[in-house]
Amino acid sequence: MAREKKHRANGRRSPWAAAALIGIGLLITGGAYAGASAAMAATDESASVKTALTVDDGKKLFQANCATCHGLDLQGTSNGPSLFGVGELSVHFQVSTGRMPLQMQGPQAPQKPVQFTDEQIAAIGAYVQETSPGPSFPSDEVLDGKGDVAHGAELFRINCAMCHNVAAAGGALTEGKYAPSLEHTSALNMYAAMVTGPQNMPVFNDLNITLEEKRDIISSLLWLQQNQSPGGYGLGNLGPVSEGLFIWIFGIGTLIAITVWITAKAN
Amino acid sequence: MAHEVEAHEGDRSYVPSPGLAVAVQDPVKVPGLPPHRERMTDKDPKKMNGAVRAVYTLFYLSLAGSIWAIAAYMLFPIEDGQIASIRANNLYIGLGIALALLALGVGAIHWSKAIMSDKEHIEYRHPTRGRDSTRAAAVQAFADANEESGFGRRTMIRGSLFAALVASIVPGIVLFRGLAPQSTPANPEAGDPVALLNHTMWKKGMRLAHDPSGEPIKASDVTLGSAVHVIPEELAKLSHEEGYLDEKAKAIVLLMRLRPEQLPAETNNLDWAYNGIVAYSKVCTHVGCPVALYEQQTHHLLCPCHQSQFDVANGAAVIFGPAARPLPQLPITVDDEGYLIAQDDFNEPVGPSFWERH
Repeated sequence: MAREKKHRANGRRSPWAAAALIGIGLLITGGAYAGASAAMAATDESASVKTALTVDDGKKLFQANCATCHGLDLQGTSNGPSLFGVGELSVHFQVSTGRMPLQMQGPQAPQKPVQFTDEQIAAIGAYVQETSPGPSFPSDEVLDGKGDVAHGAELFRINCAMCHNVAAAGGALTEGKYAPSLEHTSALNMYAAMVTGPQNMPVFNDLNITLEEKRDIISSLLWLQQNQSPGGYGLGNLGPVSEGLFIWIFGIGTLIAITVWITAKAN
Repeated sequence: MAHEVEAHEGDRSYVPSPGLAVAVQDPVKVPGLPPHRERMTDKDPKKMNGAVRAVYTLFYLSLAGSIWAIAAYMLFPIEDGQIASIRANNLYIGLGIALALLALGVGAIHWSKAIMSDKEHIEYRHPTRGRDSTRAAAVQAFADANEESGFGRRTMIRGSLFAALVASIVPGIVLFRGLAPQSTPANPEAGDPVALLNHTMWKKGMRLAHDPSGEPIKASDVTLGSAVHVIPEELAKLSHEEGYLDEKAKAIVLLMRLRPEQLPAETNNLDWAYNGIVAYSKVCTHVGCPVALYEQQTHHLLCPCHQSQFDVANGAAVIFGPAARPLPQLPITVDDEGYLIAQDDFNEPVGPSFWERH
């Protein structure tokens, strides 16, 4: 107690004051952010429409939301490519992951919150498919995740892992482009990406990777999503970067702390 | 031990070490130890009891950790085919052993710091040079041994011993040499690393096939924007014992299709391409990582190891990074059935520089 009083008399703060201030600040910011995002989620929900939409509705949605860049008749403009032959699968991939409508021109369209309901996405897809057919939805069997997981993992390592990372955690490409993480990608979007080759991803058509092989790859990715890593906490599965950073800061930090404690004289 | 006593006799003022080459005239005075400060455990018996309690609690904790590790081994067995069981097994046994060792170490150090005597003690170094009599005795010991064994006198024994010692190493060298690839009359290149590095499995007429299935590829299968990972068709038939990985490491190829107008004749060898389909070695010319990060819109290939970039629309020329040469191109064409085939092997060695390739 005597020590405490002395500190106050000196007008000094406790050494814990800075840490406490930072902690309180973080709590307030985090709380405000959580509240704000909950409020936004609530408004999003009220906007959803639960009715079956037709091709005509899809056309209207397309003209209202996509035609500025892709042209009124899918012919494309100087701001966006033509959509002839891209098909409904591509529409589903781009719109259901939030990549389209595009936020801004840049090296790569980022994923962001989805702007349309499932019905609206299907309607836009149906309109694009009717105007200029392209790749379409696969049978449910391809997406059921019951293929050969080991064979799928081998194909993934040969064809996909160099960009998407062997644990499907994603990785960097050139000049701001990147291969996204597949840790939360749906089976349909995995299939759609292989078939349509969005942005800089190469196309893997059925002659390159057969339908059965695609099923195996999807199965192995779903297996990775559904099973915990046997090696414990993955640190983002980014390999030596995150693991090295962790061991340099926390591993060596702990060793230094223990060394200081061993050599310090007892009170 | 006699010399140690000798050096420390009398007062403990500075004594020049006999090991020093230069005699120091005016040495800096040793400042000595700071005054002894009593610990709380020396002053307060309650604190001492607390420290004793802490140490034996830590040792008991260590004991509990060891017992827990054995219990965890039995409680969380590794079930066949269950990855989650390996995870639990590793985690709980590991926690037990970590607690056992850490508590043991922390307890021992706390014991020495808080309870054991903390009186300062100086242990002086003894001089590095021995006394003359000790040194003479050591020389005498060698001379006596030489005299009594006759090592210097009996030259036959000495010579034969050296011969036997040298010969005993030779079998090891010969056996290790045997591990290296050997040339045979049937395969004169097998023992020559330069010849091996200069050639791959590709040869005239060999079909391009999917990795790993070995299914041959038709030119019509390769659509715009696709990237196909390719091995020689005959590689898929090799077993691991027959050098599957060695051959694959050299022969892997990436196949891409561009629009013919995207491949200008000035910077591309169009005789080696087929209708906009080009095949390039997947082995980086920097240090040999597989270059396979293909961007289908920019036609750039990125090596993930050191960020070398190659422009496929421009003869796979290096546009960024440490690679020194473009990727070697595999000359391709089609056969009568429409399958892609190699016109020949690569016309230059694939992969990084080596001693006869700069």
